[in-house]
Amino acid sequence: MTTQTVKFRIYRYDPDKDAKPYMQDISVEVDPSTERKLLDALVKLKVVDESLSFRRSCREGVCGSDAMNINGKNGLACITDLASLKQPIEVRPLPGLPVVRDLIVDMTQFFKQYHSIKPYVINNSPAPDRERLQSQEDRKELDGLYECILCACCSTSCPSFWWNPDKFVGPAGLLAAYRFIADTRDEATSERLDDLEDPYRLFRCHSIMNCVDVCPKELNPTKAIGKIKDLMVKRIS
Amino acid sequence: MKMSSIPVRKFDAIIVGAGGAGLRAALQLSEAGMKTAVLSKVFPTRSHTVAAQGGVSASLGNSEPDHWHWHMYDTVKGSDWLGDQDAIEFMCREAPNVVIELEHFGMPFDRNSDGTIYQRPFGGHMSNFGEKPVRRACAAADRTGHAMLHALYQRNVRANTQFFVEWMALDLIRDSEGNVQGVVAMEMETSEIVIFQAKATLFATGGAGRIFASSTNAFINTGDGLGMAARAGIPLEDMEFWQFHPTGVAGAGVLITEGVRGEGGILRNANGERFMERYAPNAKDLASRDVVSRAMVTEINEGRGCGPNKDHVLLDITHLDPEVIMSKLPGIREISIKFAGVDPIKAPIPVVPTCHYQMGGIPTNYRGEVVVEDQVVKGFYAAGECACASVHGANRLGTNSLLDLLVFGKSSGNSMIDFIKGQPKDLPELVMNDVERSVARVARLDNQTQGANVNEARTAMQRTMQAHCGVFRFNDMLQEGVKKILEVEVMVKNTVIADKSKTFNTARLEALELENLIEVAKATMISAEARKESRGAHVRDDAADTAENPNGRDDQNWLKHTLWHREGNRLTYKPVNLKPLSVETIALKTRSY
Repeated sequence: MTTQTVKFRIYRYDPDKDAKPYMQDISVEVDPSTERKLLDALVKLKVVDESLSFRRSCREGVCGSDAMNINGKNGLACITDLASLKQPIEVRPLPGLPVVRDLIVDMTQFFKQYHSIKPYVINNSPAPDRERLQSQEDRKELDGLYECILCACCSTSCPSFWWNPDKFVGPAGLLAAYRFIADTRDEATSERLDDLEDPYRLFRCHSIMNCVDVCPKELNPTKAIGKIKDLMVKRIS
Repeated sequence: MKMSSIPVRKFDAIIVGAGGAGLRAALQLSEAGMKTAVLSKVFPTRSHTVAAQGGVSASLGNSEPDHWHWHMYDTVKGSDWLGDQDAIEFMCREAPNVVIELEHFGMPFDRNSDGTIYQRPFGGHMSNFGEKPVRRACAAADRTGHAMLHALYQRNVRANTQFFVEWMALDLIRDSEGNVQGVVAMEMETSEIVIFQAKATLFATGGAGRIFASSTNAFINTGDGLGMAARAGIPLEDMEFWQFHPTGVAGAGVLITEGVRGEGGILRNANGERFMERYAPNAKDLASRDVVSRAMVTEINEGRGCGPNKDHVLLDITHLDPEVIMSKLPGIREISIKFAGVDPIKAPIPVVPTCHYQMGGIPTNYRGEVVVEDQVVKGFYAAGECACASVHGANRLGTNSLLDLLVFGKSSGNSMIDFIKGQPKDLPELVMNDVERSVARVARLDNQTQGANVNEARTAMQRTMQAHCGVFRFNDMLQEGVKKILEVEVMVKNTVIADKSKTFNTARLEALELENLIEVAKATMISAEARKESRGAHVRDDAADTAENPNGRDDQNWLKHTLWHREGNRLTYKPVNLKPLSVETIALKTRSY
C-alpha cells in the first residue's frame, strides 16, 4: 500500500478548553486506492487526534450530516474528492451558525425556518380508500424539490440568511415551501403564499445564487423561489 | 455522581430512534394525544432509513394482478421457513393499508399513467405462489427511503411530536420484576445525563452493520438498542442471520439498489456471462439476495471475477434506455459516478456482496411487544431492524424492510397506546440499579487513564467478523472466531479515551457505541458457530447439500429460533411459529428460484 500525505488547516474550537478558535495545521496519510473522499481523510485524522469533532453518518451524500466549508465553499465531505482539493485543505464549520465545537454547528435556527413553512402536505378533504391519484406530469413538478437533504449548505452560503437568520426563511426552507405548493395533493397554496408575502420571509432573496452553486444534490432553490414570486404576482393581477 | 441529582423527565411513551419505525410509532402516539418523547442520536432525517433506495412492497396490484397471500408466500420462502407465519401474514395483509396511508401523508411516490403508485419488480417477489416476478415494490425513483423518512418526519412536525435530537440512550431501566421503566440518556452537546421515565418504551434503534469491516450501513448503525437490551438481560434472537446485499460498490461498500435489476440490470462475470441463469434459472438476477450473493462469491472464488484482482463482478445496465436510467435510477447513477467513477449509462458498475441487514434482533411478537420465554416484558416494545418479529427469518426480501418499519412501527404504537391507557396515572417509583450501572459505564471512560484504543478495538472486531462470519462460513473459522471476538470483548471493556471534554464529545460516543457493537458481534458469532446447518443467509461448509437436507437445511434439528443470552453467552432455542393468523400453513419446501 502506497500512502499519500494530505495536508489540512482545520478550524478547532472546544469551549471546554479553548479561549478562542484557532486553525490547526495537521496532515494525515491516506491510501488513495480506497480513501478518496474528504470524509475518509477526516475519519483517518480522528484516529490520529480523537478530539477532532464533526458529524457524519451515511457517507454517501443522502443524510446531510457532514456539511462543512471546504476551501471556502460549502459542501458534503463524504462526496467531495480529495484529489479535487487544493492543499492544505482548509476546513471550517458552516458559516453563519453558532459553533458548538470544531466543525459542529448549532443548526437550531436553520431547522426553525424549515419548520416555519409547515413542511407537510395540507389536505383536509376526506382521504379516499386508495391513493390520491396524481398524473405523471404533476408528479414531475416535485422533482428537483423533494430530494433536499437538509444539509444547510445553501442557507449558510446565503448572505441574506447570514444577516437575518431569524426572519428570512432561507433557500432550503423556501425550496421546501415550493415543494408543497407544487404538490397537487396540497390544498393550502394561498395560505402558504400569504405566509411568505413578507419583506423578510421571502423577499430577502436577492438571487445571488450561492445556494445553487453549493447544493450537493444539484437542486436549484433560486428557481423555486422565482416560481413562488411568480405565483404571488399572478394572484395580484 | 449522586443518583438523586440526575434529572428525571416523565412521559407516557419514549421512543428511542427516529428512523422509519420510530417515526411511524411516534405518529401513532402523538396523534392519539400521548405525551411522547423521541430520542435520536441524529436529526431524524439523517437516520439510516434515508439510504433505502428501491421501494416498499405492497400487493396493490397497480400494474398487474397481485395478492397479499402471494406476498406472504414469497416472504416465508425468502425467510427459508424461519420466519414466524403469524407475523408474516400480519405484515403482508397490512402492507397495502400502510403504503396508502404513507401516500396520504404526502410521500412523493412515482406514478403510473393512470395516476396510481408506480411499482417495480424486486428480488424474490413473485405472482401466484412463486410463478414469475411481479411488480410489487412501490417506489419514489431510487430514493424511496429518503422520500419516506422525510414524509414521516414532516407528518410528525404536523403532529407536534416532541424530539430530543442528538441524545444518545445509554441503558434500559427495569424494575425488580423486570418491567421496563424507561432509559438513561445523554445529551451529546452537553454530556448531561437524564432519566427518561415512561409507561411504555419503544426501541427503534436500527441495525448494527458496523460490526463488519465492509458494510452498506451508516456510521451510526451501532446496534445501540441491542446492546442496551442485552445488558438489561433481554436475549437476542437469530443473530447469526446477516444479509449480504449482492450489490455494494466494490471498494466503497455504498449500496446499489436491487431496483437496478428490477429495471432490467444484469450481473456479469469476467467472461461477460449472465451467470445467474445457472444458479436461478427461473428468477435469474431477481432471485433472493442470499442466493445471488452466494452465486457472486462462487464466481469470484472460481476465478471468474472482474478487474485486475478478479475480486468483483459487474452490474450492467448499459442496454437500458438512458431515459429510464435518468428517471428511475438517478440516485444510482450519481452514486456510481461518485463512488465507482463509472457512468452506468456507458459502462457496467463493479459490485461485490456487502453486509447490509440484520435479520435477527430483540424478540417481539407482531404487536411489537418484547417477548422473553413466552412472557411479554411489560412496558417494552421494539420495531424495525433492531427487532425480530420474526418476519425476515433467515433471509429478508428486498423492500420488506421499509414495509417492516411501517407495519410494526404502527402496530407497536397501537400496542403502546392500549397499554398506557390501562396504567395508573402516576408513574411508579424508579428502581435505580440500572441507572447506577449506566452512570458507572460513563464514569469508567471519564476516569480511565490507560487501556485499549477505541479505533484498534473496533477494527479488530470488524476484521474478525468479516473474516470469520461472512457469506460462506466454515466450522473451524467460526470456532476460532468465537475465541477472537471474546478477546476483543476484553479490549472493549478496557478502552481509554484521551478526550474528556463535556462538549459534543464524539470520542466518548464512539467508545459507548463500541460497547453496543461488541454485544452484537458476540451474539452473532456465538449463534452462528452453534447453528450446524445452512439456512438462508447462514451457509456453512459442514452442512452440505444432500438428498436428506437439500441446500444443507436441516429442518429435523434446526427449524427453530436461536436466543443468545449475554450472561454466560448461553444459547436457548424456541420453535418457529408455522401457524398463520387466518390461512393455511405455508408448508416446508426446498427453496429454489
